[in-house]
Amino acid sequence: MATVRIPTSLRKLTQGKEEVQASGATIGEVIASLESSYPGIRARICDESGALRRFVNLFVSAEDIRFLKNLETPVQESDEISIVPAIAGGQC
Amino acid sequence: MNLVDLIGNTPLLPLPAIPDRPRIELWGKCEFMNPGGSVKDRPALQMIRHAIASGQLTHEHILIDATSGNTGIAYAMIGAALGYRIALVMPENVSAARQQIARAFGTELIFSSPLEGSDGAIRRVREIVAEAPKRYFYPDQYSNESNPLAHYLGTGAEILATLGDRITHFIAGIGTSGTVMGTGRRLKEHRRAIRVIAVEPDDALHGLEGLKHMPTSLVPAIWRPEECVDEILPMATEEAWNAAECLSHQAGLLIGHSAGAAVAGAHRIAARLPPRETACIVCILPDRGERYLTLSRRE
Repeated sequence: MATVRIPTSLRKLTQGKEEVQASGATIGEVIASLESSYPGIRARICDESGALRRFVNLFVSAEDIRFLKNLETPVQESDEISIVPAIAGGQC
Repeated sequence: MNLVDLIGNTPLLPLPAIPDRPRIELWGKCEFMNPGGSVKDRPALQMIRHAIASGQLTHEHILIDATSGNTGIAYAMIGAALGYRIALVMPENVSAARQQIARAFGTELIFSSPLEGSDGAIRRVREIVAEAPKRYFYPDQYSNESNPLAHYLGTGAEILATLGDRITHFIAGIGTSGTVMGTGRRLKEHRRAIRVIAVEPDDALHGLEGLKHMPTSLVPAIWRPEECVDEILPMATEEAWNAAECLSHQAGLLIGHSAGAAVAGAHRIAARLPPRETACIVCILPDRGERYLTLSRRE
């Protein structure tokens, strides 16, 4: 299971947890796994077509998935995935 | 004359008409024309002037504050122009361009967690100041009454001087809330019927840099909407970004996302008005779009 770091603005959905575990061989599968554990989280980070929202960045071990294979980016068990808002304003 | 004398008195520009609504005037207050490139020059200058006058800020102090960007650039520029030392605490995910601009003025940057947003920066600056209170002057733009005062004395008065009794609606995004509170108070004093509308992101996770989602944020002490705000309009990031892109294509105005949020808000308000109603809507355009061009990349 990979570790996913959750920004404060989404921690309401993860019962306040800063880090959660999720399974999947790709980022897309990890998001599906997150959604089954924490319903509602997918709609916050992906748009209606399933693509990553433009103001959300996802990093796999410090690499931006937009510069890798996007939602098809492979994920290893030992990877740390970070969901980082593209902007810095406002979230508590 | 000093550089800081160029702050304020920004132009009010007519924006493209709303389709099929020729009786609705739409105006943009061009805050990006301030020398630091944003609306934040106004509160930064007012807070610094007040602190110098009251002896809270001397050349021995370091001015420190939490800022997601524009206020920091304003402090940095004014500090360099007037000879004061500046330190800024910002989340690590503030755009690279903004960090570089602040550094160009010789400002010290301290980073807080990118996962905790501007509230993480606020908590960090409070810790730093608590460790060495005599070393720092902490204006705290979220609680400093000079912030809305800058808009009461400047922005609001300027809008009235240009449009007078014609103005029917005023729309601005909420970040610290200084713009909407100060301008709103001035407009309401002039004529109670002017509707003051504050635009906020519709979700805690959003892409409207500089704006705050109040229900999930540390609420600024200066935010007292019952005094002058008629309505709080939730805004989706995509809608605001689209409005900003539309204005750059249609009018050559490359504005930032918070300006897009205000313009999108104006369009929504206009759509609600009866078909033949006349209205004069003023939106705040806080900054230019260049500062966000690298937003989808973290550099």
